[in-house]
Amino acid sequence: MPRTGPGTAAKRTLVWLGALTALLAILLGAGSYWSTASWSPRLALDLEGGTQMILAPRVQGGSDITPEQLDQAVEIIRQRVDGSGVAEAEINTQSGQNVIVSLPGTPDPQTRDLIQASAQMEFRPVLTGGPGQAAAAETPTPDDQLPKPAAEPQNASDPNWITPELYKEFESLDCLDPASLEPAAEPAPADKPMVACEPDTQGKYILGPVEVPGTDISTASYGLQRSSQGQALNTWAVTIDFNDEGTEIFREVTERLYAIGQGDPRNQFAIVLDGRIVSAPTTNAVIPDGNPQITGNFTEESAAALAEQLKYGALPISFEIQSEQQISATLGADQLRLGLVAGLIGLLLVAAYSMFQYRLLGLVTIASLVVAGILTYLAICVLGWTENYRLSLAGVAGLIVAIGQTADSFIVYFERIRDELRDGRGLVSAVENGWRRAKRTVLASKAVNLLAALVLYFVAVGNVRGFAFTLGLTAIADLVVVFMFTHPVLRLLAKTKFFGEGHPWSGLDPSRLGGIPLYRGAGRLREPGQVPVAVARTKNKGASAEAERRLTIAERRRAEQQKALAGRTGSAGRTEPAGDSPEPSAAARTGSTVAGRTGSSQKETNE
Amino acid sequence: MSRTSFATFGNELYSGKRSYPFVAKRNLWFLIAGAAILISIIIPVVKGGFNLGIDFRGGSEFTVSATQNTDAAIGERAVTDVVSDAVPRVTNIAADTMRIQTERLSDDETLKVRDNLVSGYGVGEDQVTSSFVGPTWGEDVSRQALIGFGVFVLLAAILMAIYFRTWKMALAAMAALVVVMVVTAGLYSLSDFEVTPSAIIGFLTILSYALYDTVVVFDKIRENTADVTVSTKRTFAEQVNLAVNQTLVRSINTSVVAILPVASILFIGSFLLGAGTLQDLSLALFIGIILGTLGTIFIAAPLYAALRLNEPALKKQEKKVLGRRSTEAAAV
Repeated sequence: MPRTGPGTAAKRTLVWLGALTALLAILLGAGSYWSTASWSPRLALDLEGGTQMILAPRVQGGSDITPEQLDQAVEIIRQRVDGSGVAEAEINTQSGQNVIVSLPGTPDPQTRDLIQASAQMEFRPVLTGGPGQAAAAETPTPDDQLPKPAAEPQNASDPNWITPELYKEFESLDCLDPASLEPAAEPAPADKPMVACEPDTQGKYILGPVEVPGTDISTASYGLQRSSQGQALNTWAVTIDFNDEGTEIFREVTERLYAIGQGDPRNQFAIVLDGRIVSAPTTNAVIPDGNPQITGNFTEESAAALAEQLKYGALPISFEIQSEQQISATLGADQLRLGLVAGLIGLLLVAAYSMFQYRLLGLVTIASLVVAGILTYLAICVLGWTENYRLSLAGVAGLIVAIGQTADSFIVYFERIRDELRDGRGLVSAVENGWRRAKRTVLASKAVNLLAALVLYFVAVGNVRGFAFTLGLTAIADLVVVFMFTHPVLRLLAKTKFFGEGHPWSGLDPSRLGGIPLYRGAGRLREPGQVPVAVARTKNKGASAEAERRLTIAERRRAEQQKALAGRTGSAGRTEPAGDSPEPSAAARTGSTVAGRTGSSQKETNE
Repeated sequence: MSRTSFATFGNELYSGKRSYPFVAKRNLWFLIAGAAILISIIIPVVKGGFNLGIDFRGGSEFTVSATQNTDAAIGERAVTDVVSDAVPRVTNIAADTMRIQTERLSDDETLKVRDNLVSGYGVGEDQVTSSFVGPTWGEDVSRQALIGFGVFVLLAAILMAIYFRTWKMALAAMAALVVVMVVTAGLYSLSDFEVTPSAIIGFLTILSYALYDTVVVFDKIRENTADVTVSTKRTFAEQVNLAVNQTLVRSINTSVVAILPVASILFIGSFLLGAGTLQDLSLALFIGIILGTLGTIFIAAPLYAALRLNEPALKKQEKKVLGRRSTEAAAV
């Protein structure tokens, strides 16, 4: 190893770390300039104040919810919450079985009911339709021109369902106003007509009573439409598959609608989900086999979306509030402040303890913790921007707990270096050797940390995901810092006079660590040598060969001397039990350490 | 302990001059651990379980913060005025924080109780936080925690078995882990600490910590025992014991460093914030970190030694070591 090797490599690594940090900072800076990024982490609801509801979707029939159904459930709740005009609501899934709704402030009871209401899909015939905007307020249809039911309606398509009140409601409905897309907290009764908007086309309709419930759908799919010759056409179509009961009713419905004839709005039927019209296709044929195909101006995406929605209709999902928390903004701010105070105290205590234990080496720990802190902070901000990650109180707790776990990597490393010093190595080689061994330990133990964080993250319920997340994030930051900061810095420090000569305040003073150099320069060797003596004694050929290979030149020379000596005097050197420590005399401790250290830094080359 | 003597302590442990009989006295530790486990199982049975938090019982909870008035009667009245037959539990959880727990209330009732609390305790609306938990929530939490426990233990065992290339280390580590978990649970039951979802997560984090600690110590054991069969210096058990002693300073430093931040959260959480996420998490961690370190030193390492002592190669080696020692003793 050339003399400049570790130093240059160390500097290069530090530059890389600086580049990584700068990259994160630039990313965040650019993000906050051109996009929505911010230099402070986004806060979760328990720190920002607001309401969090955890909803458990319940599928009819009590079967387990599939991931697709859960996604659909989230989509439905998102539409409901957005529709109710709550800004900045967040809806997520958790552990593949719950939906978490976070709202700023306190929702009114209506919004709450709305979120809980079960979504239902139904097929209703269209009675009449029109463009979405409300009729001008000055020119409503005069009362005497309102349609009046002449008789009891005969079937679901009978215009006699339309009462003057219903028609007025229809007229005043404005489908361009987002508020009108707000789903009703109370779903319309199945046996009554209703008015509804079709958000996609911004049209509005009066619909008859439910004819086919969504539960009669077996499944739905989408694909490219096929011509009568079976050739794939370039248009997308959605196919519904009804169950037996649905097939029977749908045949009757299409017979009636088809008979009404093209051009009449009553030829259409509407697929209603959660009070809104998903699609209102016209009827081109009688469908006897329960496999209607819906065509139109579908893109692959919209066809897929409709198919998903139809599938959802087969299993209506209702929601049960599992837990609800309302946290005032002031309380959240208090908790954040106290949490940060706790973190600061923890950090100071750790810093004080490392200074006590490792003297100025403790400064390396503190600097490493600071670097890890900066990296973690930047990562949290960037993730807040790109992944909408929000820091929760539990997340703050994770960060604080991580201080201890991060510092442990340094302890493992420093203790290894000390062990190497105790074995009599010089600091430069102690750092290299200690690192080689500590590296493995740090990697293995961090793997355990990461594994725990991952498991916690994926099974966690409630607020604790944030905890697992920061725990995992800091474990990664820790690895980066140990490899890219702590170790390079120690390599550089090892070459300084202060640390290299083991100043009593450096925390790496070999005399205090009981280390006696193996080679003390000028051809002198250390007197009571645990390692060489043991090797010289061993009977096992393979082991002594292996051990000899591990000897330094100086040690080998000494071992040879001893062998020669043993040959002459019989059992010389055996009086000292091998298990005992080398007990250096006071003179050996203080007298020749400096010379030995300078010499031993080159000795490593033949290891 | 001054620095010099701590360093000397480390030196003596490293060289083997000072040594604690962690492995030699293993039967004593196992006996203590066994007794602790037994007690930890008996306590909850006798006491009738744990002090489960509201997340497991279901119900409504209000927290009033920053109030000068800590009279429990106000909180009770605030609830009984609205629901006459309710039995609210009112606790002063921190210096200026009151917690009122009651059975599940409807939305209207919740709002009324809230108003009562605001006027009763003379605080702003912002100081009253409410939450309610459905009765099945706790089951979800417990089930997820159990799944998490199972998955983690399994994966960690596989990871360790692969890394250390011996299932005996994995087994020893897992056994120590179980001891830590059971005893922590026992302590929770004994001291009536509230079991909340946060506490359970703290509990799961203990797993990570305890294993982490074990991995570090086992790494040293592996290093020390790598060539044990060809050495006549120390027996296998002695090598394991030396490894534990040599990492003792690290274990102490690590535990202290890990516990300092946790203790500071615990302190802030208990005295300034009152019961909640921070306190529950840190309490579980505080207990777990101490037990985790003890578990590694007193259970995992000695158990690993015990598991391997009967291997023929190691028995042969032990005989060799002892034989060499007796001839040496005779020679001197």
